[in-house]
Amino acid sequence: IMEDGTDVSLSIAQIVQRLRGSHLHSQLERQAKDCLHRPEIKLESLKEDVRSFLRASGWEKRLQNAVYRELQLPQCHPTAPAEHLKEPLAYMRKAQASWEKRVLKSLNSMSTELGVPLARMRPAGEQKDLTNKWNEMGTDEPDLSRFRPVYAPKDFLEVLISLRNPNHDSSEDMTVKSHWGLIQVPLNIRDIPQLRQAYSELNLNNGQLGIDDHAHVHPAACMCPHGSVVVEQDSAAAQQYSRRGCPTGLRSDLWALILNSTNQPQDVMHYEQLKAGVIQHDLLVDYLIYKVSSSLVLLCFSRDTAVLEHFKYNSATPPKSYVHGKVGNEEFAVLYPPNGVIPFHGFSMYVAPLCFLYNEPSKLYSVFREMYIRYFFRLHSISSSPSGIVALCLQFERLLQAHLPQLFYHLRQIEAQPLRIAFKWMVRAFSGYLSTDQLLLLWDRILGYDSLEVVAVLAAAVFAFRAENLMEVTSLASAEAVLADLSTLKVMPLIQIFLFATAI
Amino acid sequence: MKQVHRAIFIFIFLNLLTCFVLHPEGGTMAGKVKWVTDIEKSVLINNFEKREWVQVTESEDWNFYWMSIQTIRNVFSVDTGYRLSDDQMVNHFPNHYELTRKDLMIKNIKRYRKDLEKESSPLAEKDENGKYIYLDFVPVTFMLPADYNLFVEEFRKNPSSTWIMKPCGKAQGKGIFLINKLSQIKKWSRDSRTSTFVAASSGKEAYVISLYIDNPLLIGGKKFDLRLYVLVTTYRPLKCYMYKLGFCRFCTVKYTPSTSELDNMFVHLTNVAIQKHGDDYNHVHGGKWTVSNLRLYLESTRGKEVTNRLFDQIHWIVVQSLKAVAVNASPSLTSSTANDRILKYNLINDTLNIVTPNGDIPDCRWNRSPPREAMGNYQVLYDEEQAQSENAERDLRSRSGQSLGSKGSKGSAGVRPAAATWK
Repeated sequence: IMEDGTDVSLSIAQIVQRLRGSHLHSQLERQAKDCLHRPEIKLESLKEDVRSFLRASGWEKRLQNAVYRELQLPQCHPTAPAEHLKEPLAYMRKAQASWEKRVLKSLNSMSTELGVPLARMRPAGEQKDLTNKWNEMGTDEPDLSRFRPVYAPKDFLEVLISLRNPNHDSSEDMTVKSHWGLIQVPLNIRDIPQLRQAYSELNLNNGQLGIDDHAHVHPAACMCPHGSVVVEQDSAAAQQYSRRGCPTGLRSDLWALILNSTNQPQDVMHYEQLKAGVIQHDLLVDYLIYKVSSSLVLLCFSRDTAVLEHFKYNSATPPKSYVHGKVGNEEFAVLYPPNGVIPFHGFSMYVAPLCFLYNEPSKLYSVFREMYIRYFFRLHSISSSPSGIVALCLQFERLLQAHLPQLFYHLRQIEAQPLRIAFKWMVRAFSGYLSTDQLLLLWDRILGYDSLEVVAVLAAAVFAFRAENLMEVTSLASAEAVLADLSTLKVMPLIQIFLFATAI
Repeated sequence: MKQVHRAIFIFIFLNLLTCFVLHPEGGTMAGKVKWVTDIEKSVLINNFEKREWVQVTESEDWNFYWMSIQTIRNVFSVDTGYRLSDDQMVNHFPNHYELTRKDLMIKNIKRYRKDLEKESSPLAEKDENGKYIYLDFVPVTFMLPADYNLFVEEFRKNPSSTWIMKPCGKAQGKGIFLINKLSQIKKWSRDSRTSTFVAASSGKEAYVISLYIDNPLLIGGKKFDLRLYVLVTTYRPLKCYMYKLGFCRFCTVKYTPSTSELDNMFVHLTNVAIQKHGDDYNHVHGGKWTVSNLRLYLESTRGKEVTNRLFDQIHWIVVQSLKAVAVNASPSLTSSTANDRILKYNLINDTLNIVTPNGDIPDCRWNRSPPREAMGNYQVLYDEEQAQSENAERDLRSRSGQSLGSKGSKGSAGVRPAAATWK
């Protein structure tokens, strides 16, 4: 118990450390100073009075939300080495490192091949042009025929399939079943009984917003007309609320609250600065972004060094590039791109759904960035995290194997491994595959449960839904065809039925 | 809010896809439906063939004729005196031009409003400024040349306003331009082929001029319009259906109200036909959103209540316009993208399912409303017959002393309650 106490106080110390020097900190200090002249603040009871004031004016709540956010992000045990926060398992770290090398090599060779420098300053005319065209919905594209995406999801899948834990001899496993799927690493993943407990709010007995009654009054918060959000302004409460789905009129604010994306003046300014950076310099990476889909949010994202923070707990490491002719010389090392994230084919799909929620670019940007550093990064880095893509793939395969063994066996026999089809859905968290309103309902749960697990569950549920047709197919191509169009699916009923109505 | 409503659009270019008419006499015929069309579009022909209907020529016995506008004009002109027989169906009402020409549309709406005023209908109520409360969905509009003097009087009241000129008889954005100075009109009248205004009766050169709304709702800095498909099966009683899968079309160039850009029609006009030639046209998306995506966006950024009210008002405008007999009859059946082709194919499919239930040969006695399952992606916009029977039932109940619900159904006068929805 003493140890626990130490752990807690250590965590507190860490959080305090992180919040110290933040903008919120200086705002709190200023508020505390300014309130001193107020009549209700008495010298005898200074501390309590200031605290009461901060509480009444909502500042305590803001601090609470900030602390909650820090708690949501992965925490490092103070005595553990930094790399363990990134990834505790050595073989995973190695695999990630070698994947990164491949990607960077590909990027560098493209740069050389095409004679396009990794970064260059834009000429003035081009800068003006770009300023004028800002905010347009992506119809402008430079000539991109020479550029190819750095990698496609299926390349990444091959790497995941080849992962092996050197300490685990899979031949020791008695049951043949465990070899059905493509993922061959032993990670801890939850089975249906455990999922039922964890996702109890999704029980068939509970109404879900979006399926059930439009006029359904949500028990957790006040349904106020747009413009005066959930009155409590409490991140934790908003997160709990989101588990049952967000009403369309409140979703934008709820997500911002859950992610603690406050869109203060300094956030707007930060965005404007990034925008200015885009206009002044173009990066090779920009062309890749254009290629995947012109997204000005992504252009800013590429330049945002604040994103580098998340590499503390991301198994990935930002690629380093070197000034021409100085390879290996750390003095001339440059993080490339500035935010350390190389976009791949389909990357913009993480942003696209958010365009339906926010019409202010800086708000959109802020929410996207937060979603990326909390969730999306896990979909394309190799790690043992339960929300990581490896675990999701394994989860998907295990769920399918356990509950639709006939289907799995059949698909395996015709060389249509289910993961080969489901992978592209999961890597994009289903963006681009579902209709927008359904996708947002899915992402409500990602936020509500602070996990990507529901993505794997949905993937399995989709196969379950189309099981009958899939049993008839005789090739991978026909299996793909059966699962080609997900645009009419209603995600919550599928998930609910799969989790709560499946016989086990 | 009214602001949102006005800011989005005033003229909805309703694509009245089809109006079907059956000659009111008895008789049926056994066998497959015989069809003719003079429009060579695959979305039509594929739909006929999939139902195994038989293609025939105009001169033979036909049941179903999908006519182009020209053919309708010829077939139903006063001179030919053509009459449909009882087992024949066409895709436009004979007086369709009342619905499609912009000047006639304006005339009809103005006349409709006056008629309602005369009969003291609550629909025609005006506010303290003399504006219609429920029927103010058309901006100040004049017919040229007929109302030229009236227009000039109005123009001088607000000399800094912008006006949009639209030729009466054209579609797909052709011939439209903006003006903000009287001299521009004079110039136009000089430049057009005849040196004086051509009399309105010839119809060919007449224009309508409307006050231009310069604060449209923008999404991503872009103007957009709505393309909605409405099917009218009968006018009396009025039965109309709206296709749920409408879409919005975006300008590809960012909107600017600045006067120097007035000449850049790409900024203002969104008809696909024009935008195709603009430099920025994107062939994959064609700059479109589905109406449900639009709805999602508006609910997320503006709130559900406002959005519901907006869509309610859109539906209201459609019904009122139909009542005033005011609709555009020439939708483009050309598909610009693969998705578009699929949409139009399904649209025609659902349309045919409603008007020829079970694929039967048309029978003018058939008058029932189609069951829910047969509607595909259409939803009932307004069913006057049903509304009248509900009204009758209400009267009956009130006579027998039962209390009325707080939201009245649409009576024969089409009373619109002040509350948010009239459904």
